[in-house]
Amino acid sequence: MSIAAETKAHVAEIGEKYKYGFVTDIEMERAPKGLSEDTVRYISAKKGEPDWMLEWRLGAFRRWLSMKEPDWARVQYPKIDYQDAYYYAAPKNTPKKQSLDEVDPKLLETYKKLGIPLHEQMALAGVAVDAVFDSVSVATTFKEKLNEAGVIFCPISEAIRDYPDLVKKYLGTVVPVTDNYFATLNSAVFSDGTFVFVPKGVRCPMELSTYFRINASETGQFERTLIIADEGAYVSYLEGCTAPKRDENQLHAAVVELVALDDAEIKYSTVQNWYPGDENGLGGIFNFVTKRGDCRGRKSKISWTQVETGSAITWKYPSCILRGEGSVGEFYSIAIANNFQQADTGTKMIHLGANTRSRIISKGISAGRAQNTYRGLVSVYGKANNARNHTQCDSLLIDGDCGAHTVPYIESRNPPARIEHEATTSQIAEDQLFYCLARGIPQDEAVSLIVNGFCREVLQQLPMEFAVEAQKLVGISLEGSVG
Amino acid sequence: MLDIRNLHVAVDGKEILRGLTLRIEAGQVHAIMGPNGSGKSTLSYILAGRAGYEITEGSITYDGEDLAALAPEARAAKGVFLAMQYPVEIPGVTTMTFLKTALNSQRRQRGEPDLDAVGVLKLVRAKAKMLNVTEEMLKRALNVGFSGGEKKRLEILQMALFEPRLAILDETDSGLDIDALRLVAEGVNTLRGPSRAMLVITHYQRLLDYIVPDRIHVLARGRIVAEGGKELALELEARGYDHLVKDVA
Repeated sequence: MSIAAETKAHVAEIGEKYKYGFVTDIEMERAPKGLSEDTVRYISAKKGEPDWMLEWRLGAFRRWLSMKEPDWARVQYPKIDYQDAYYYAAPKNTPKKQSLDEVDPKLLETYKKLGIPLHEQMALAGVAVDAVFDSVSVATTFKEKLNEAGVIFCPISEAIRDYPDLVKKYLGTVVPVTDNYFATLNSAVFSDGTFVFVPKGVRCPMELSTYFRINASETGQFERTLIIADEGAYVSYLEGCTAPKRDENQLHAAVVELVALDDAEIKYSTVQNWYPGDENGLGGIFNFVTKRGDCRGRKSKISWTQVETGSAITWKYPSCILRGEGSVGEFYSIAIANNFQQADTGTKMIHLGANTRSRIISKGISAGRAQNTYRGLVSVYGKANNARNHTQCDSLLIDGDCGAHTVPYIESRNPPARIEHEATTSQIAEDQLFYCLARGIPQDEAVSLIVNGFCREVLQQLPMEFAVEAQKLVGISLEGSVG
Repeated sequence: MLDIRNLHVAVDGKEILRGLTLRIEAGQVHAIMGPNGSGKSTLSYILAGRAGYEITEGSITYDGEDLAALAPEARAAKGVFLAMQYPVEIPGVTTMTFLKTALNSQRRQRGEPDLDAVGVLKLVRAKAKMLNVTEEMLKRALNVGFSGGEKKRLEILQMALFEPRLAILDETDSGLDIDALRLVAEGVNTLRGPSRAMLVITHYQRLLDYIVPDRIHVLARGRIVAEGGKELALELEARGYDHLVKDVA
């Protein structure tokens, strides 16, 4: 079956546009509502953290109190009341699982609905999955095989207890506690997330994957991910995100830090499908995320690929610090905004070392009344001799009163550096649609086909088994967008 | 098979077809000739169901069914095919993917099971050879960077693949050199058959040397002004359209 046809069949099957909108009825344990030092202490205690971690969090919290929410992005949203939310929610009686058989069947059912049958994945896909449900990590598959290779892949809460030296050495070194409002908030209240360490010379034997799910109402999700590839190591990691349909807005403020040492490579892919709100702009996730990779070693490489289809507001700039000589940073992005969604996303490529290279390919698709902004910075420092960047930024407009904006910032303190920026804006042409229709392809499928074609260069960057999922998602996100 | 009666069609409120009547039986090949602006392309678009073309009067009956009541994709599934004058480019969508998507969309509407990638590939390969459509072309994005001849060959390949009952060829000869024209015409001729009707729209007589029609209709100012056998084409070539057009005015 073709992708477009699969998309169609898929949508017909689920009978609604956002198929992840269900809520799992499961007993939750929450921190008291609101945000204070007590909240931070509560979370730290729940996680059984050592003192140094608590101090780190408290430091962040105190810092956060003195910070101001940023307002420079092209997004508009009602003021967030940080006291009117829960900062910790966990399914009761779930942590500490030895095997999947001990996990609450309701949770497993939820993951099944999300299209992640853990058992099946273990058998078939060869993908190791860590699943974060609200604030805790509930199941990590494939541990044994990874252990053999010496790869550490576990919830970050576990890493803090079991590998404190590694965590201390790297946590906050890419995104400092003081980095920005949302990152600082995350540092204070992060509840869980994923930790990956790939030792020297090891090529991680499988794709690693985490699924994030917000289930509880009025709850923010603050996950923290830290991935370290030691010298000559390679790892490919994918995260997927979904949330139930709710009329309220929910805050998601994650921090992801990547560290690549000499000759190491990290490939980080995201399929983000948080609930985007309804056709009238009610509800949806506020997604304020700080993602940054540090190419710390010589000839290291960090590659970000993102497919952003969800969230009411997206504020996200996965970036690369190209510190090591000859290091390479890549950013491949598809951002789809439909209805009242607002996306302000892009990347930063900071060239510090000599012979560093970066590549940016951004595909923005706007439909309905959505606003889609690409915001990118390419900065070349004085010592970055022979630095090169190529940026390609394409926008596609579909019907309606949508907007596409491109805001590239280019700074060069090294005159011979080569920086290229290309940008295009196009529309789905009526004659393209007619051509498809006249060949028997119904409208929604035609839109999906054309948009998937527009995004092809980015979709090709995704690991095979997720590319198909992403293609479907592209179709579903734009259902009915051409009137 | 196709019965058009007193058809009036407006585009942006402007009447382009003004009382066109035409009847084609299965197994026949008819040609529509006419000068620029006579309404030839409008006729092809109204048959295929393009948005923006409005029937203000008259009727189109296809296989006993009101064609105008069908969505364009449903017409395709029921065997109406339009080979376009200007095939469009769809960047990033390989030709093979497009063919597979279109073929299976049609099949699904008819309640037939999808063909898998291997099945489609076999089918396409079998038809592609005769039209000199290479594997390399099938891997390229649809019509992107194709020459005029390649685009038209791909249109005829689609016709061969979908096996329509009513094929409309809109100025398929435009932009083709003589070799390409011959190749395309051969492709069309092998598709002639007792259960298939064809409507060949052209400005020039040249194409009709290769695709010999059963009947020729001359379209001018939105209606048929002359009809005849294949010899009418030669007459038009010699005398031009002017004398016919004047009569309508």
